[in-house]
Amino acid sequence: MRESKLWFWHILSAVVILVFLGIHMGIMHLDAILWALGIGSGDPVRSADVFRRSRQLFFMVTYVILLGSALFHGLYGFRSMLWELSLPRAVEKAVGGACALAGFALFIYGSYVAVAVFRMGR
Amino acid sequence: MSGPQAKETGSVKTVVFEVLRYDPAKDRAPRLEEYPVPVTKAMTVLDGLLWIKEHKDPTLSWRSSCRMGMCGSCGMFINGLPRLACNNQIVHLHSSRITIKPLPNFDIIRDLVPDLERMFGLHRTVKPYLIRRDRAEQNHPTGEYYQSQQELADYIQFAYCIKCGLCLSACPTVATSRSFTGPQGLTQGWRYALDTRDEGAAEREAEIFSEHGVYRCHFAGACSHVCPKGVDPALAIQLAKKDAFFGSLSLRKKRRATSVAPTVQHGADVKGIPKAPEPTVPQKG
Repeated sequence: MRESKLWFWHILSAVVILVFLGIHMGIMHLDAILWALGIGSGDPVRSADVFRRSRQLFFMVTYVILLGSALFHGLYGFRSMLWELSLPRAVEKAVGGACALAGFALFIYGSYVAVAVFRMGR
Repeated sequence: MSGPQAKETGSVKTVVFEVLRYDPAKDRAPRLEEYPVPVTKAMTVLDGLLWIKEHKDPTLSWRSSCRMGMCGSCGMFINGLPRLACNNQIVHLHSSRITIKPLPNFDIIRDLVPDLERMFGLHRTVKPYLIRRDRAEQNHPTGEYYQSQQELADYIQFAYCIKCGLCLSACPTVATSRSFTGPQGLTQGWRYALDTRDEGAAEREAEIFSEHGVYRCHFAGACSHVCPKGVDPALAIQLAKKDAFFGSLSLRKKRRATSVAPTVQHGADVKGIPKAPEPTVPQKG
């Protein structure tokens, strides 16, 4: 049951997004509180601080996981929406294939950027 | 209606029935026709339609049979909600105007008669019957299957479906997707998946968990809201999804199909039954 597996990962990616997007939102919007607690990572949008964070292993891994989860979750949902339009079977397959290809390409490109920035200046 | 005429019919008020009329052989498009109906206490929408047929227009068509919410024939779109015409009293609708149309999401055969072939086709896809690996036993049963009260209680709610089609007509996904199995079929698939007498899970799950199965449900809950028998198809679909989720983690509860109970020919064959006491009244002959 291929669809059951896809749906399982769809739900799991939602949980992953919840956690990692929570971290992202915390860093972006709760910087003053995090700073007061001694776990701040600098100014959320200052270029130097953004680069400093991106060169840390934790953030690089976070970005890749968040990217993969968001791509899978979003594109699976997008495919489901299109499949509800009573399309011919061949078009459904083409839509599924296009979503998979787009997701894979965007994941490779996004991961490359995250890893490249992580390695910058090493 | 008022005065002597109302007294004569015993009616409490007049309600205007706005009924969709459509004959594909004659009409270009469906139209609404109005019929004032003298309404009495406890009169159902179906009674109102029967009154129209008897007194106003004998050509009005619809489907009905039992008049008691058992057969599921008289499903209609009454005042913006799919309902059974026999199960809804006119006074309970609290309206002086009742609009009646055939069930949405189905083609119209004529007037208020929907073409339910789509529903029965989808129903067939989930194999709504007990499947046993032992085909010989299935085709020529030698006895009954064991099933406890608790095992029966697990699925009995879903077995109350009368195939009226109200859930399908209320479902927003069915409205857009021709391929979606729909709440009725999925619920019946799940009903048999829960049945301990069944061994056809693999065959049935291929449809229930397909790309047009349970995962396309948006959980609007409209199916459960309109179901006249309290079957709660939305619950069945969520339970199926939950089962698939734990199945993916290999945490699904393993079900073991029940076996055929040995046939008891005579009470005397059963061990442990105490002997009947001697009769206290002398027997004749």
